[in-house]
Amino acid sequence: MTIRQLSVFLENKTGHLNEILAVLAIHNINIIALTVADSSDYGILRAIVSEPEKALEALRTEHFTVRVHDILSLEMPAKPGSMSHILDLFTAADICIEYVYAFSFGSKSILMLRTDNGEKALEVIKTNGLKSISEAELK
Amino acid sequence: MSRQNMRILQSERLKQLVQQVYDNVAFYRRRMDEMGVKPSDIQSIDDIVKLPFTYKNDLRDHYPFGLFAVPMKDIVRIHASSGTTGKPTTVGYTQNDIENWREVLARCLSMAGISSSDIMQVSYGYGLFTGGLGVHYGAETIGATVIPVSGGNTRRQLQLMADYGSTVLACTPSYALHLAEALAENAYSLADLKLKIGVFGAEPWTENMRLELEKKWSIKAYDIYGLSEIMGPGVANDCECHTGLHIHEDHFFPEIVHPDTKQPMPDGEEGELVFTTLTKEGIPLLRYNTRDLSTLNRSTCECGRTTVRMKKITGRSDDMLIIRGVNLFPSQIEHVLLEMGETSAHYMLYVDKINNLDTLELKVELDEANMMETIRDLQNLSKKIEHALNSAIGLSVKVTLVEPKTIARSEGKAVRVIDNRKK
Repeated sequence: MTIRQLSVFLENKTGHLNEILAVLAIHNINIIALTVADSSDYGILRAIVSEPEKALEALRTEHFTVRVHDILSLEMPAKPGSMSHILDLFTAADICIEYVYAFSFGSKSILMLRTDNGEKALEVIKTNGLKSISEAELK
Repeated sequence: MSRQNMRILQSERLKQLVQQVYDNVAFYRRRMDEMGVKPSDIQSIDDIVKLPFTYKNDLRDHYPFGLFAVPMKDIVRIHASSGTTGKPTTVGYTQNDIENWREVLARCLSMAGISSSDIMQVSYGYGLFTGGLGVHYGAETIGATVIPVSGGNTRRQLQLMADYGSTVLACTPSYALHLAEALAENAYSLADLKLKIGVFGAEPWTENMRLELEKKWSIKAYDIYGLSEIMGPGVANDCECHTGLHIHEDHFFPEIVHPDTKQPMPDGEEGELVFTTLTKEGIPLLRYNTRDLSTLNRSTCECGRTTVRMKKITGRSDDMLIIRGVNLFPSQIEHVLLEMGETSAHYMLYVDKINNLDTLELKVELDEANMMETIRDLQNLSKKIEHALNSAIGLSVKVTLVEPKTIARSEGKAVRVIDNRKK
């Protein structure tokens, strides 16, 4: 129901994003999905990678501030309106989305979600029979 | 020694000192003549208030050897301050001065519980700076095993500490913090070390920082105070009670004076710390104003020592920043950060003038335990620090979180402020 996501603190400096990517490349870690949230001074890089533990160690060693968080992961039917339908269900349950991103893996469409109420979100997923996706399915 | 006997000793030594500088140092003879004070006017330690003050500029004006009271053939050692602005302030020691220095340092180290069975890693810089050699001689006097590694080369510091089983570390508090953080990166843990005591000094630091270093290293940390003009490290040191630093007042007589009027202030009131070198031969100084802010306490310490204690130095009057008319010491920022405990203690304060208004920006390193998942949570953390600083210092500060290891580390004295207003 959840997937481990890396969150890396990222100062706004030229070439800095690539320093993180280079560390992952050297350690032969594959990036499955990546998104950057930004503010005027810094950003947070969020990434789903092939080996989260290994990536965490490698980035720590290079002095990056990095944490691993468990994030809700859902598989969506690959057709118009499917993401909107899922978000409708959350809105109806009065759950606020803190951040969201989506990506394709092979033929699958995947939605990553952080809400302000994890327990309630799980209930919505269960009650409505939404299909979650595991790390194993992303290998 | 009882306070009465101490006063008798100090009075005797002051009389000799005044005669010695009047006879041998043209600068003091001129000053005293201008003030109409003769050596015979000085009959007891209480007469010290009749004597002229000495300032750092007086040493610079008489660079390099103009204030020496003995011929160069009697000087056996030269030291000098870092001299970030202008000429280095230069001091000379006779053989007796070196012996007295050893003596006061040995007292300091004993006060910190160090003995001949200790292995002492001296990571103060060796050379013109008094830190390294001063502590070195004191440690040899008490018979400890000295490792004269000097400052810098963090990796080797840790390797020697582990391999030689150092039980004492002597360096600046900022370098001790840096070394502690470097432990894990270099694959060492506290279990690999035998360290039990830290003797830290040469820069102003807070009690919170002392506690932080005790925790990080799992040691007892002591504050050693000194300045090259007076002797170097060893002027004062705190005992296990940590209720002020015991001054070796048989050698260094302290006074507190008002920062503006330079009038003597009563015990317990804060002002500028002034020292007279009662026994120094090479460069004896009358009423040298250190610009360090402190208070004096002449009550008997819980440890049993009767020597006068000075409050731990957390700022000097020339470190003080005036921001929009408000006095600010960098140590106040350190105090707030350590008390909150939500970031590392590595920070840099940037002062600027924008549209004729002083602005403060604090860059502080974010550590892993406080890495948040959303920008909003990180912004809340900065706001929380801004709020805490605002209530503590009464100034608004923009707080910017930065990545670990991006604020320059110091291997000697820490630089905590970049003031761009002076340009």
